[in-house]
Amino acid sequence: MTQLQYLAQQGINAISIGSLYALMAIGLAMVFGILRLINFAHGDLIMVGSYGALLLLVLGTPFWVAALGGIVASTIAGLLMERVAYRPIRGAPDVSMLLTSFAVTILLENVAILVFSPTPRAFPTPSSLNSTFRFGQLQISRIDVVAILVAVILLVLLTLFVTRTKLGISMRAASEDLLAAHLMGINVNRVIATAFAIGSIMAGVVGLLWSARVGKVDPLMGFYPVLKAFVASVIGGLGSLAGAVLGGFLLGFLEILLQGLLPSSLAPFRDAFVFVALIILLLFRPNGIMGSAEREKI
Amino acid sequence: MRSQRFFNLLTLLILVVLTAGFLIYTKVAASAYIQRVVVGLAISIILVVSLNLINGMTGVFSLGQIGFMAIGAYTAAILTLPLSMKEVNLPDLPSWLAQVELSFLPATLIAGLLAVIVAFLVGLSLMRLSGPYVSVATLGFLVIVQVILVNWDKMTRGSRTFSGVPPFTTLWWAWGWTILTIYIGWRIARSMYGRRMIAVRDNQIAAKSLGINVMRSRLLAYCLSAFFTGVAGSLWAHFIMSFSPKSFYFVETFSVITMLVIGGMGSVSGSILGAVLITVLSEILRNAERGIAIGPIDIPPVYGASQILMSIIFILVIVFRPKGLLGGREIDFNRFWSWLLPKRGEKAIVPGKEVS
Repeated sequence: MTQLQYLAQQGINAISIGSLYALMAIGLAMVFGILRLINFAHGDLIMVGSYGALLLLVLGTPFWVAALGGIVASTIAGLLMERVAYRPIRGAPDVSMLLTSFAVTILLENVAILVFSPTPRAFPTPSSLNSTFRFGQLQISRIDVVAILVAVILLVLLTLFVTRTKLGISMRAASEDLLAAHLMGINVNRVIATAFAIGSIMAGVVGLLWSARVGKVDPLMGFYPVLKAFVASVIGGLGSLAGAVLGGFLLGFLEILLQGLLPSSLAPFRDAFVFVALIILLLFRPNGIMGSAEREKI
Repeated sequence: MRSQRFFNLLTLLILVVLTAGFLIYTKVAASAYIQRVVVGLAISIILVVSLNLINGMTGVFSLGQIGFMAIGAYTAAILTLPLSMKEVNLPDLPSWLAQVELSFLPATLIAGLLAVIVAFLVGLSLMRLSGPYVSVATLGFLVIVQVILVNWDKMTRGSRTFSGVPPFTTLWWAWGWTILTIYIGWRIARSMYGRRMIAVRDNQIAAKSLGINVMRSRLLAYCLSAFFTGVAGSLWAHFIMSFSPKSFYFVETFSVITMLVIGGMGSVSGSILGAVLITVLSEILRNAERGIAIGPIDIPPVYGASQILMSIIFILVIVFRPKGLLGGREIDFNRFWSWLLPKRGEKAIVPGKEVS
């Protein structure tokens, strides 16, 4: 394999991982933008989506039905989460909201462990997704291509939604200034529920793609990827949608780059380097790349 | 004003007598199981009181303090591990460490100091951040520590269990350190340093304009917190005797934060109260998890139920008492005394006919 092919291969790998991070980071950024809530439990929506799809697959439904079912499951879970846990504490200090989401995570993960047992289960990825495309020497797995395509479609839809529809524009207004939006007659509850719903749909999609990629599902599967998606959204600037996408792709590239560049003795430390990079970036751009500096009010 | 000093001393005396009585009773009369719970409680109190130093006092909400516990636990355990054990368990230790076998106190102190050094170095950058950013970044620190522990095979045995640590943590060691931690935590809160930390937490701009160095206040709190958290790590290592990196991750982090939030952030007595309540509750739940019989009804064992219940309680506390049970204030014994004893000028209540 030539150098160029190697680069192309790794580049596609990075874009595919990056698009998954971007989809997760958008879910986080949307909620953070409006509520200033860091939703740790976003990862569990991924888990719910995957188990939902798995359940349907085990029952023998075709893959697309199962996929749809998984996405519906994670959306309902996301809406429930907002209604039950986050609405009562809306307006509480940032820390209280952060802690609540931490608690929701622990709750959901333990319920999942209780219901599904902690052992990972195989995810029957359909063979149409498992195979690879060949371009001469270049091998590209289909799942990577699907991930990139799905991400692009969702990003286009999201852009249309937030720029062209009334609800989407209200959402942007709410994330600019929640109180002012409320005073302008925007139905804040609806906007927030929509933000959660969109984030959850994306989480469901990521859940499917992730489990198809890895080939298994377990109750804690969502936590670690979402932790990294946080890094992505913080890199981009918490609360900024464009920043989240940018951060997601940057993180994808950073990971693949580290994987390729680190000497084998340091390779296992990759994730440590990712977080070190995050901390260094925060020092120089405390609000991320796209984030606008928040003015402190006296 | 009643002679304040006298009542403070009296309060202190009563607390000392109660604590000593409780410990001696535990040592002499309680079962081995209860003794272990009481030692575990001591370690939890150290963790919560030192978490309060940074999260409660300065408002920098760190999610990574358990990383310092891990540093303390591994450092101390490597230092006290008997030489014969070292050869078997850690054959690849660098030579200057391979021949070291320290006793408990110096190992614990070194563990605490190493935690301070790490805290100072990472604090130089982390303490510049605030709000949700600092929480994410400190969580990042926790992940970094975890990744290093799992992969630094020759020092930590990687993800395998680190075992053979001598059982040095007695009731007295644990509670000695606990009382020291509480004392320091209490004194700091009432010192100039503590007042600065609170000022920085409550209004950073106002604090700055009064000439308070925000960074220095935060770093001080962070390092002090790291020291005692590291010490707690050492105590825990010599108490539990075998552990792995997983022991110092999200579950432990969440458990300590729960104690702090339920008791009330910013208050030393609240931290202690939270630790006591959660320890007792989780012991009860842990026993219940194995299945209990209430009369004719058999409740089958439900594993993980205690975690689930704990997180529900946590959410309820945040919704209905967001500042914790003590609301961030200290337990005020003076109020107890003035309630108990008659005051000058108090309206006399005389049984019999009403005299107006």
